[in-house]
Amino acid sequence: MVGIRAYGAYIPLYRLDRGEIVKAWRSPFPVPGEKAVANYDEDSLTMAFAAAWDCVRGIDRQEIDGVFFASTSPPYKEKQCSTIIAGAMGLRRDIIAADFGGSLRSGMIALRAALDAVKAGSAKNIVVAAADIRLAGANGLNEMFFGDGAGAVLVSSSKVAAEYLGGYTISEDFMDQWRSDKDTFVRVYEERFIREGGYTRIVPEAVNGVLNRLGLKPQDIARFTCNTDDPRHLMGASKILKFDTAQVQDTYFMSVGNAGTAIPLMTLVGALEDCKTGNKILAAGHSDGCDALVFEVKPQIEKVRDRGGIKGHLASKRMVPNYGAYVLWRGLMYMEPQSRPGRPTDSLSALWRDRDWGLPLRGSKCTNCGTPQYPVQRVCQVCQAVDKYEPYSFADRKAKLTSFSNDNLAITEVPPITVSVVDFEGGGRITCNMTDREPDEVKTGMDVEMTFRWMHYVGGVHSYWWKCKPVRF
Amino acid sequence: MESIKDKVAIVGMGCTKFGERWDASADDMIIEAAQEAYADAGIQQKDIQAAWVGTMFSGDTGRCLSEPLKLNYIPVTRVENMCATGSDAMRNAAYAVAAGVYDLVLALGFDKLKDTGWAGLGDVPFPGTGRGLIGSQGASGPSVFALLATAYFAKYKLSPQEGKRMIGLISVKSHRNGAKHPKAHLRREITIEQALNAPIIAWPLGLFDCCGVTDGAAAAILVRASEAKKFRPDPVKIKALQISVGQNQGFCRSDFEYTSVFETVHAGRRAYAEAGIKNPRKEISMAQVHDCFSITEAVIMEDLEFSPRGKVRDDIESGFFELTGGLPVQTDGGLKSFGHPIGASGLRMMYEVYKQLQGKCGDRQLKNPKLGLTHNLGGFPATATVSCCIAGL
Repeated sequence: MVGIRAYGAYIPLYRLDRGEIVKAWRSPFPVPGEKAVANYDEDSLTMAFAAAWDCVRGIDRQEIDGVFFASTSPPYKEKQCSTIIAGAMGLRRDIIAADFGGSLRSGMIALRAALDAVKAGSAKNIVVAAADIRLAGANGLNEMFFGDGAGAVLVSSSKVAAEYLGGYTISEDFMDQWRSDKDTFVRVYEERFIREGGYTRIVPEAVNGVLNRLGLKPQDIARFTCNTDDPRHLMGASKILKFDTAQVQDTYFMSVGNAGTAIPLMTLVGALEDCKTGNKILAAGHSDGCDALVFEVKPQIEKVRDRGGIKGHLASKRMVPNYGAYVLWRGLMYMEPQSRPGRPTDSLSALWRDRDWGLPLRGSKCTNCGTPQYPVQRVCQVCQAVDKYEPYSFADRKAKLTSFSNDNLAITEVPPITVSVVDFEGGGRITCNMTDREPDEVKTGMDVEMTFRWMHYVGGVHSYWWKCKPVRF
Repeated sequence: MESIKDKVAIVGMGCTKFGERWDASADDMIIEAAQEAYADAGIQQKDIQAAWVGTMFSGDTGRCLSEPLKLNYIPVTRVENMCATGSDAMRNAAYAVAAGVYDLVLALGFDKLKDTGWAGLGDVPFPGTGRGLIGSQGASGPSVFALLATAYFAKYKLSPQEGKRMIGLISVKSHRNGAKHPKAHLRREITIEQALNAPIIAWPLGLFDCCGVTDGAAAAILVRASEAKKFRPDPVKIKALQISVGQNQGFCRSDFEYTSVFETVHAGRRAYAEAGIKNPRKEISMAQVHDCFSITEAVIMEDLEFSPRGKVRDDIESGFFELTGGLPVQTDGGLKSFGHPIGASGLRMMYEVYKQLQGKCGDRQLKNPKLGLTHNLGGFPATATVSCCIAGL
């Protein structure tokens, strides 16, 4: 049996009330609700990591032999991101890593590729993570529509929580939303053409394709999931397909916004959270054609409920204070340079040497005296034993804040940074920055957890490392 | 193991006006400090047999000293120990004299910090130092020391208001002393209200909890103690020269509380043993310590055993460290008010001890001081390089 073994999601802590955008531009077309906004230190890579991390909770990470990352907004045009994710997750090196992009359907395409690979026996456990953080021009509808988020599933041939029954795919050149190699902001074609000429024609064709192939009827489907530029388009397609409103999965338009290629996976994860054993889910992804995949939920699903998922991340939120903070976080504002020296470019050779250690937040544990330490100490801090240590991961350990300072003089785009002294349960200390916090609410003794974040960009290199944050849920 | 005690004496010292010396280059300040030291010792430059120069940011190799002074090809060593650079230049010079290799040497520290175009030190890590170093994450110097304040306030249950008042009074005292010194950088007294209401640099440290960023140079002429009286009637003898260097303990070990700097404790204890001091609170007449930030001074007072653990607040409130108190500290204003040109500071501290012991400090003059201590800290509270020197007549 091949299918989905576990699921996870990531929605940034921060949400922007769409009213703030309306207020900023006196928009004549106000859109209700709020959208999820990645913090300044998050991008599609870190969000995909976070969703994948949520997905593999409780699973031995050494079992994972593939990482597929999908995004239309990856931090690199030429350089694989899935290897960075695999490195940060501390996975083995004899694995398949692949980046999928281009289409808003790339998350679904990655999922389908993973299912096919596992079915063919090329891999046993592939984690598929899709994330997007797309930019829209100011004062357009998409500025209100677009939100940030990530979804992930673990495709496996064992311990399957939702069996893959079959799929149907249409590929068609259709320009609805796109960005050329010269564009920063998403372009949109005429809305009626997108809906009538594209969405409500292509999606039903693919969905009917898979239903016919599997001998199923619309009423056999417990939940139909699909991404959409506009919830009204999805309602139109659902009506054509004769799905009841209750069968159609919410696309989180009012709470997250359109998170691009993450939405097909996020809606699938949302359906998996709701569905019971025996339920069938028809998961579709639209753009440049359509994939329609059918899964049947298995009893194993009850063993993978303990995660943030969509529900946990949706419930845990803070509001972005204002529109100014939002444009700052997205790097759309020229900020007065700090009266500080520029950062040197990271040494790529030094980062490479650190790939199995700092990247996955691995330190050492002295095999002589048992003291955990970060970074790796070849000579033990406590007993001075030489080269007597084993790798020790700090990434998913509980920790407390011992001391901190909110640093207004720090070299950062968004001061202050919260310099934090973090002590781990079981020993070990890391001094790092704290994110997703209100500076005034930071207290010594508070519980924190580690999160993989973007650090800085110098000389064309995005630097990533770990920060602590208040325990989210 | 022999001790340095009473083997080496300082017979001349010089110190430039500290401040934002827009008018002066590093070379100008080196000449200014050296010439004052020569005149004070009554020597000619040609009498110098070897030299040690300390700078962190403003020069490389011994040439940064020999080029401006034209030292005639004598041996010159450049020393670098971050903010404790000046003390270590003097320590190495003193050992060379104690070894009997040289009769008369020069130790000079300097830094020209105000030609950078930015405020603060702004030192960033050398590329290639790896992930997770505090500097590569953007943290500034003030925040690294603010970690002491947050942890100290938490451990001793001081509210932010109580804690900030405690460290604020330290700065008020230092400004009061520095205002009396014509060579000090920031010569203005401040009130506790100003200290408490100042803009926050790195919580809980405000503007007046942070020392100045300064240009300056300071120099000393050292000879064998047995020869010192040939130069002047009141040479200052070195009683102890200790240094302790950290091993990254505070960044690695969860038992490091951020309420004490281990290197200060180690350097202090060894210096007391070397000088034969049993009760530092009683026996030390004055101290110039590394108050890069007000909280640093508070913690140093406990680490050097001037105040009992957790009780420095009582001594600060009672005025124990004031010019009129039992153990005056920062009699020249300290890094806070006199200023902090990194490589010069250790020698600037000794300049004040030297002048106080000789009774030349005007309205800052202490009554009959016997022993003066300098404490110079480079690096971070979590892993520091600390020099501790004791000198007396």
